[in-house]
Amino acid sequence: MNPLLSVEHVTRTYTRGGILGRIEFSAVDDVSFSLEAARPEIFAIIGESGSGKTTLARMILHTEKPSGGVIRFLGTEVSKLRGRRQRLQFMQKVQPIFQNPAEAFNPLKRVDRYLYASAYYFAGRRSREGREAAADEALKKVGLSLVEVKGRFPHELSGGQLQRTAIARALISSPALIVADEPVSMVDASLRMSIVNLFKTLRDDLKVSIVYITHDLATAYYISDRVLILQKGKVVETGPAQEVLSNPQHPYTIRLREAILSLDDVDNVQAGSSQ
Amino acid sequence: MDAALSVQNLRAYYVTDYYGVRREVRAVDDITLSVEKNEIYGIAGESSCGKSTFIKTVAAAIRPPLRVLGGSIKYSFLERDLYDLDEKTLADIRWKHLSFIPQGSMNVLNPVRRIRESFQDFAFPHMRLGRSEFFDVVNQRLERLHLSPSILTAFPHELSGGMRQRVAIALATVCRPEFIIADEPTTALDVVVQKDVLALTLETQREIGSSMIFVTHDLTVHANISNRLGIMYAGRLIEEGLTRDVFRNPMHPYTQHLVASLPQIGDLTPKTALSGAPPSLAQPPSGCRFHPRCPLATDICRQTNPELITVVPGRRVACYAVMPSPEARAMTNDKFQPS
Amino acid sequence: MLKVLRDLFRHNREFAFGSILVLIVLGIVVASFFSPYPPLDSYVVPPDIPPSWDHLFGTNSRGQDVFWQLSVAMRNSLLFGISVALISRVISVAVGLVSGYVGGMVDRVLMSINDTFVVIPLFPILTLFYFMMHDHMSWALLALAMASLGWPYDARLIRSVALSLRNREFTTQSIFSGMSTRQILLEEHLPYVLPIVFSTTLNNINWSIGLEVTLSVIGLTNIETPTIGTMIYWANQHTAMVAGVWWWVLAPVATVIMMFIGLFLLSVSMNEFIDPRTRLARMGV
Repeated sequence: MNPLLSVEHVTRTYTRGGILGRIEFSAVDDVSFSLEAARPEIFAIIGESGSGKTTLARMILHTEKPSGGVIRFLGTEVSKLRGRRQRLQFMQKVQPIFQNPAEAFNPLKRVDRYLYASAYYFAGRRSREGREAAADEALKKVGLSLVEVKGRFPHELSGGQLQRTAIARALISSPALIVADEPVSMVDASLRMSIVNLFKTLRDDLKVSIVYITHDLATAYYISDRVLILQKGKVVETGPAQEVLSNPQHPYTIRLREAILSLDDVDNVQAGSSQ
Repeated sequence: MDAALSVQNLRAYYVTDYYGVRREVRAVDDITLSVEKNEIYGIAGESSCGKSTFIKTVAAAIRPPLRVLGGSIKYSFLERDLYDLDEKTLADIRWKHLSFIPQGSMNVLNPVRRIRESFQDFAFPHMRLGRSEFFDVVNQRLERLHLSPSILTAFPHELSGGMRQRVAIALATVCRPEFIIADEPTTALDVVVQKDVLALTLETQREIGSSMIFVTHDLTVHANISNRLGIMYAGRLIEEGLTRDVFRNPMHPYTQHLVASLPQIGDLTPKTALSGAPPSLAQPPSGCRFHPRCPLATDICRQTNPELITVVPGRRVACYAVMPSPEARAMTNDKFQPS
Repeated sequence: MLKVLRDLFRHNREFAFGSILVLIVLGIVVASFFSPYPPLDSYVVPPDIPPSWDHLFGTNSRGQDVFWQLSVAMRNSLLFGISVALISRVISVAVGLVSGYVGGMVDRVLMSINDTFVVIPLFPILTLFYFMMHDHMSWALLALAMASLGWPYDARLIRSVALSLRNREFTTQSIFSGMSTRQILLEEHLPYVLPIVFSTTLNNINWSIGLEVTLSVIGLTNIETPTIGTMIYWANQHTAMVAGVWWWVLAPVATVIMMFIGLFLLSVSMNEFIDPRTRLARMGV
């Protein structure tokens, strides 16, 4: 039984400098984890800036190649994909969601075209009605409808709506894995939880596994099953989400946990005037 | 004047006329608030609520197409309205009486000049001290912010993000200004660094005794730094009060929702989200701008905008669903809303 | 479309002025279809008559009416310029987009070819071309030759736009929507490249007409065909300036200058208009 996603001792190094004096640094250093196909879960990768989490996401999506180690999706090595057909097969099962919903869409183009393209290439809908129906179905799963989104440019929709449209697009191919890179950090606070809750629905009802990359421990605590903490490219701690975050063992995780601002401190900030 | 800053009925719009398309973005629409001496007044709000525009207006840093259309801004250290002053006076008060901590430290620090030179460029002209005395003061300030004086010879890119932000705070506070405006100073920082920088900001403010406006969309940051909190929505102030009170007992439906939807570690209760989205400031909804998303909206909400009134001493809310207490009605001259 | 043009005309002075100039020249060009005299014939009217009501721009020493001659000449020059511009745009867009997007070895090879073409000195090559092709020389061949020399600068510009677009998130989203490379280049990236393409087209028309005039004045093209350059060539052959037949020289020169300035103003004003950033501002972002 193949695991859904298997990341095995993956490393990514960058070299800088010319002929004289090259500096090598590892963005990702010996990272390993795996996700089961039979049990969809939300797997959070938590790290600060420079921890390598985005590089790791790109390697899983095959937009970058690992310098060392292997990433396997359903048994096939991801870096060995060749040709359009193999890539399409891969993309059918693995879809991305990006941090900045406004950047994820071409500002000069209408947003529904990506939905129609996905319906055409991944859901086999050849006719216009078929594509629109597929788009509408997917949008309904995220709490929107085609009527709201049809013919719109990205600037006409809010950050929350755009991000949900992006999620709907990712769902059209009925993927098994979604790689979401900081999907809510640029979404307004009042809309954030609707998207976070949506991920739960995706896992529970649609049986989609989600690799949820974030720096926000609170939302990771709220929806993840397991977490992996990255520091400067290395794994420092991993395990069930609630356990690791309520009761961290590694010093770095402890520091992260303590650094989170809590609402309970509000009483400590004294009220008002001159002292 | 008691208050450090008093803003009355401020309106600032972006007015553009481009290829025949005229647009009026009502970023700051009739805001009245005051900041007391030695207090940190937090302004919270989501994207496109107008808080960045408000900051710019209050800092006299506006340029066309942004224009002030009405209202007054008075600081305690000025006799006249901010916009009555000429450019020379404004240049004089900047940094010495009114300083600014921006979102990205690179918005303040010149990448091709050393830190020491940034201090010289910004602060030295205002201080009227000899050079060595000036740098004594600078070193003191840097020490308070846990920075070694050796960073003065460094270039900005040689320092980490957190260090740069602390330099920005040092720059803003070295002249001991009466008023500091901070625009999302910790948003771009990592969690661990953020906590550090916030604590230092608080310490510095207490030491100098300046008043501060602290703008951030992150409510948990406000819980840890602001004395009083004002919530902005679609260009208007909709709730204001002591931070502790606003969090423990939010009154406006929007604030209630925001506070309830904050995830916390150790808390697995399901969180809900508001429907709809923050409105466009170019075509805001009629009446109360929150009414399309408000679960309590009634006819009057759709027609007229509720005024920001004192409902309890020390607390102002702009909502028809919130009735002022008898004490509040007795003590202020604010109009109260028909039920 | 019409509304766009009307808006531009009203709000942008450069566009207004430029389009007036271009329209005047186009008017002259259209008039060529109604010429009462066959353009290639000579001595159909008395020579060397100064401008008068019968002959608006006078007649030249070869017995041709300058106005009607000019109209045909401008038409030919313009057609030539447009064909060169179009052909070279196609090449530069194709090379630039593919090179920028695909990268790697393809990019390196294409850019080496590009840079080789950039350093080729145009004038000597075209002169050499004329002497090699002497008997088989035709305008079509010359247009092809110039087009293949005129694409490299813009290909590099377009490549740099393509490079920056490759890294943007919507490109990745397009890939993950299943779009093919060709679809992405043509539908997602091309709109960003259009401002460059458009302004360089108009500039390229100017450039190729200028080069044609240069070659023709020296006599290195088919001088029987009436073009702006050949008109000036014949004027020089008949020493028009010395003989006092100044209208023969002034007419083509003034017209082509009007054309240059008009096209230039149009390219500048339309460029600003099509630029994605101002487009977004107009859409109300």
